[in-house]
Amino acid sequence: MPHRIEITLKDEVRDPRGERIKREIEHFLHLSVDQVRTIDVYTVDVPLSSEELEAVAAGPFSDPVIQGYSIDRAAAHGFDWLVEVGFRPGVTDNVGRTAGEAIAYLTGRPLSAGEGVYTSVQYLISGKLSAEVIEKIATGLLCNTLIQRYQVLDAASFRAKGGVATFVPKVQVEAKVEVNTVDLEVSDEELMRISRDGVLALTLDEMKIIQAHYRDAKVRETREKLGLGAQPTDVELEALAQTWSEHCKHKIFSADVEYDDGTGKTEKINSLFKSYIQKTTADVRAALGDKDFCLSVFKDNAGVIRFNDDWSLVFKVETHNSPSALDPYGGALTGIVGVNRDPFGTGKGAKLIFNTDVFCFADPFYEKPLPTRLLHPSRIFEGVVEGVEHGGNKSGIPTVNGSIVFDDRFAGKPLVFCGTAGLMPATVNGEPGHQKRIVPGDLIVMTGGRIGKDGIHGATFSSEELNENSPVSAVQIGDPITQKRMFDFLIRARDKNLYRFITDNGAGGLSSSIGEMSEECGGCQVDLSKAPLKYPGLAPWEILISEAQERMSLAVPPEQIDAFLEMAKRFGVEATVLGTFTDSGIFHMLYGEQTVAYLPLSFLHGGLPPMQIPARWEQPVHPEPTLTPAADYTGDLKGLLSSLNICSKESVVRRYDHEVQGGSVVKPFTGVANDGPSDAAVVRPILDSFEAVVTGHGISPRYSDIDAYHMAANAIDEGLRNYVAVGGSLDLVAGLDNFCWCDPVLSERTPDGPYKMAQLVRANKALYDYCTVFSLPLISGKDSMKNDFYDGTTKISIPPTLLFSVIGKMEDARKAVTMDVKRPGDLVYLIGVTRNELGGSEYLAQKGHVGNSVPKVDAQAALASYRAYHKALNDGLVASCHDLSDGGLAVAAAESAFAGGYGVQLDLGKVAFAGAAAEKSDAVLLFSESASRLLVTVRPEKAAAFEAALAGNVCAKIGEVRGDQSFAVTGLNGAGVVKAQLAELKEAWQAPLREL
Amino acid sequence: MTKAKALVITGNGTNCETEAAHACRLGGFDEARIAHISELMTGEVSLDDYHFLNLTGGFLDGDDLGSAKAQANRLRYAAVAGSNEPILEQLLRFIGDGKLVLGVCNGFQLLVKMGMLPALGSDYVKQTATLTYNASGRFQDRWCYLKVDASSPSVYTRGIEGGVYLPIRHGEGKFLVDAPETLEAIENKHLACLKYSDANYSAPTMEFPENPNGSTNAIAGICDETGRVMGLMPHPEAFVHRTQHPRWTREELPEEGAGLVFFRNAAQYVKQNL
Repeated sequence: MPHRIEITLKDEVRDPRGERIKREIEHFLHLSVDQVRTIDVYTVDVPLSSEELEAVAAGPFSDPVIQGYSIDRAAAHGFDWLVEVGFRPGVTDNVGRTAGEAIAYLTGRPLSAGEGVYTSVQYLISGKLSAEVIEKIATGLLCNTLIQRYQVLDAASFRAKGGVATFVPKVQVEAKVEVNTVDLEVSDEELMRISRDGVLALTLDEMKIIQAHYRDAKVRETREKLGLGAQPTDVELEALAQTWSEHCKHKIFSADVEYDDGTGKTEKINSLFKSYIQKTTADVRAALGDKDFCLSVFKDNAGVIRFNDDWSLVFKVETHNSPSALDPYGGALTGIVGVNRDPFGTGKGAKLIFNTDVFCFADPFYEKPLPTRLLHPSRIFEGVVEGVEHGGNKSGIPTVNGSIVFDDRFAGKPLVFCGTAGLMPATVNGEPGHQKRIVPGDLIVMTGGRIGKDGIHGATFSSEELNENSPVSAVQIGDPITQKRMFDFLIRARDKNLYRFITDNGAGGLSSSIGEMSEECGGCQVDLSKAPLKYPGLAPWEILISEAQERMSLAVPPEQIDAFLEMAKRFGVEATVLGTFTDSGIFHMLYGEQTVAYLPLSFLHGGLPPMQIPARWEQPVHPEPTLTPAADYTGDLKGLLSSLNICSKESVVRRYDHEVQGGSVVKPFTGVANDGPSDAAVVRPILDSFEAVVTGHGISPRYSDIDAYHMAANAIDEGLRNYVAVGGSLDLVAGLDNFCWCDPVLSERTPDGPYKMAQLVRANKALYDYCTVFSLPLISGKDSMKNDFYDGTTKISIPPTLLFSVIGKMEDARKAVTMDVKRPGDLVYLIGVTRNELGGSEYLAQKGHVGNSVPKVDAQAALASYRAYHKALNDGLVASCHDLSDGGLAVAAAESAFAGGYGVQLDLGKVAFAGAAAEKSDAVLLFSESASRLLVTVRPEKAAAFEAALAGNVCAKIGEVRGDQSFAVTGLNGAGVVKAQLAELKEAWQAPLREL
Repeated sequence: MTKAKALVITGNGTNCETEAAHACRLGGFDEARIAHISELMTGEVSLDDYHFLNLTGGFLDGDDLGSAKAQANRLRYAAVAGSNEPILEQLLRFIGDGKLVLGVCNGFQLLVKMGMLPALGSDYVKQTATLTYNASGRFQDRWCYLKVDASSPSVYTRGIEGGVYLPIRHGEGKFLVDAPETLEAIENKHLACLKYSDANYSAPTMEFPENPNGSTNAIAGICDETGRVMGLMPHPEAFVHRTQHPRWTREELPEEGAGLVFFRNAAQYVKQNL
């Protein structure tokens, strides 16, 4: 019989979790409650003696200093309402797993199949609240009903029932394993119904290609010999749907595009990916010649570049948007631990050295009505932040760089970008670390977690817009500790040469990992019945495409398999041989003796012709706002500093460990009070060396409202400018592009597809135009193309967004520069030219406008000034440097001033302006977001050398650092236009998100 | 002179093993071995061969049952292969042999939950204190000023004048005791060697964020009565070079970071006494 062990905090001990819930109820639901206290509940479905139960409760489950326990007796008291929240059957319960392990250690008996521990939390709420209000608290805050269940009891019913009834959320599936065939000799409507009902996300054209394959006489003949019918098995259809999904196949980026530039000029583009992204890298590498530092680009899970003779750098950025929309915590957690597996599964494997995170949300204080299926932005914010916190911190990987961007269109789908970098030995056992291969005859091995129904159809579901019927099973919850254990084992197995090839199991599960690995050697044969399952009853197709987390697939030479499996056992990691790599040309799946899928690799990987997508550009014209000149802009500056996009994110960033591993050089916050916002991160991955990795990023979705070409150009420039500001070298620097788009394919639901596709084309053109000038090879990236919400009436499309991440090297970390002004008397310089480019700016957004004069990047001028600045930095001439982005000069200068704790005096008359004299105004000079500008402070005795270093570039001395605490800007007519104390500016900047 | 040997245990969620071993080497240890817990369980590595044990930062078992609880349970019950000896016995022998144990962050949590700190009256298996959720309910990564009790028996803080500035990075760092007598004994015996304080190290503080977690009496680190077993929430291994300091680009700082003294003192003690 299962037992309930309830763990209570002693009455005199504060309950921070309960207090936090109380605050959140008030903050987000605008409801008031008197008190919230919490109880941890373990439902133990393991046969234990009463002595053992007592020992478990008193030992690993409770802390005698602050907690008490009760076994099979309700502990709750002194409340008005009780809400108990636990997981639904089959949802990953990490605490339950650890609790089960603890029982095994204590009793000396490992848990048997079917035994388990399940956790839930009781919230004891005091206050005069109606049942309706409690329901709102339960579903609006405490419980995500998609993955959790809850039960509400008032005090009287609790007493009457003697507590909460024991419930064991064990997966009960009928253990009937079946393979079905699917009849494709049906009408078009029926084909589409098969695709839709099965969450296959295959189009009619694609269904017909599959239909044609199975009609082929040769195919039929082969199948007959194997005892397979003429109809595809469900395993085959699912494998095809996964392999051909937008998520895995990137069909939009591979499509044939007919691009009309709006002037009637048309252009045929065969694959944006090949024509722009791959071509960028190829052209940059060719121009670099023998200085080329790229080692492995586009072909592996992450990009690899040279760091020094002994080490290579690996970097990948992923998105996890759709799952985060449904379950923000689990989705984001899975996002970060999932991207960890990419660099880890690159080449022969890499040690992970840092994470980066960029989130795009709607206003967490959003008060307008939302379509029913959408979670409130505040819940998405909190869940995503916490998911990434747990994923990153628990994995021991510092989160060194990131940002949060707000736009209410992200209510339709939040964007959750997670990046991870790794360090890989240049040589592993005599071979280049970034290379790997598979020899036919190598064994197919899966390591890590077990397979369940979690994450089924993740790849296909994220290839569709979010809708009311988005599947529950698509959500997974990551488990950083299972993964950490696996990595601890695999990195040691790598150094012992125990495997030949490694890759991660992410979207598409085994179907994707083994399918792609099979291309290396020409085939595979897998027995799906060998795969370890979380619970019985999974159909073969479910085993094949499940995205259950924390798994890697490897090719292990037969002569190493015993050593590999023995070592895995010692490290407590599950490893299973599933089959053999072959050169048969076939993706061959068996279940026991029975063949359940037999797909030629040529069809699986090459059977899909490119999509044909129309693209037509039309320059949008927004009303041009007229700005009335003002005598004082202090209020506008404070408003900008308090805007969500600019304000301090310290309350979030401090929740991320950014220093673990000991290599932190430039931290997210800097300055006299450790609270100024750094431009980029500098990390020393090798502790006895001063060679450093520098990383930064750029993102500017608002500019897409004017022109996605300039949105992309500005993101690239911002990423590079942040990187350069702290000291990154221009000789060893690479970029990663992550596209998050709204669906650009013309259809009934997307009549504006050609415009959105044209935006995508233009962003790609910018990528090529700018990265080739900047000598920035693109080493990896990802696209997520269906970021829309549609429930039949409301459609919300995100603004097209490019996240441009930059990674590179700094030869000597001790030369790094931070953004805080350093001492009174230092001179303030502005590198770069200012134009009337308020279009799409934060300043106009604050005033309710978009405008048209989007910032345009002059790549040649930018590169020249970045090079000159870098030399000045290396010569020790720079005291501080801060990049200008959202909010322009005024915001950057204010941030540098209050971070450094010294006043700053600026004179707008000295700012280098380009453009018509009539367009030059105080507002433009203060708030224009013209690209490629850096605000630098320099000691007076170094001024001459600094000016000489910048000679030939636009670099104007515009002010000085003062000994007092005032921030003062003189306008064009000589009168003060901004005057404020640093403390009030800092308060304006820190207040908005301080309590989140 | 003895060849000073340090051991850093990793596995099951320990994260700071590399920098801890680096700090041991910089501090003067001749050897700093990183051993996976599985190597202890199989008997490949034995505590008996080392002088200084580092239980360092991380999230043992995800802190799933409360920080470090599952590991405390594992070390108590899981026996080394081929023997009936749980790791706990090796640990008690290690302490009994006059050797050094330093628990940082998750390692400190582990030590108090096993009863090895404060270990009043040399009882190393009775838990009398704990480290629980920060008063803010949030994980925090920030640097803190730590006032050193110069009268403390701690081997590690010897010679520190005033205090030391180090990062804390935890969600469960609030120090609590089981009874007022425990706190009284800790204070009377000067076992609370580190307390969160103001920037001048003038007095302990209960104010957030200087005291980042609301610890009783602002306690950030304690030692046992021998001074050889110590635990602290801040990370000394994370400040061994000036570029790790959050304000190194604006302050004149010595090349060596202030956290290194903990490891220097340990190495010196080993070389002189073991």
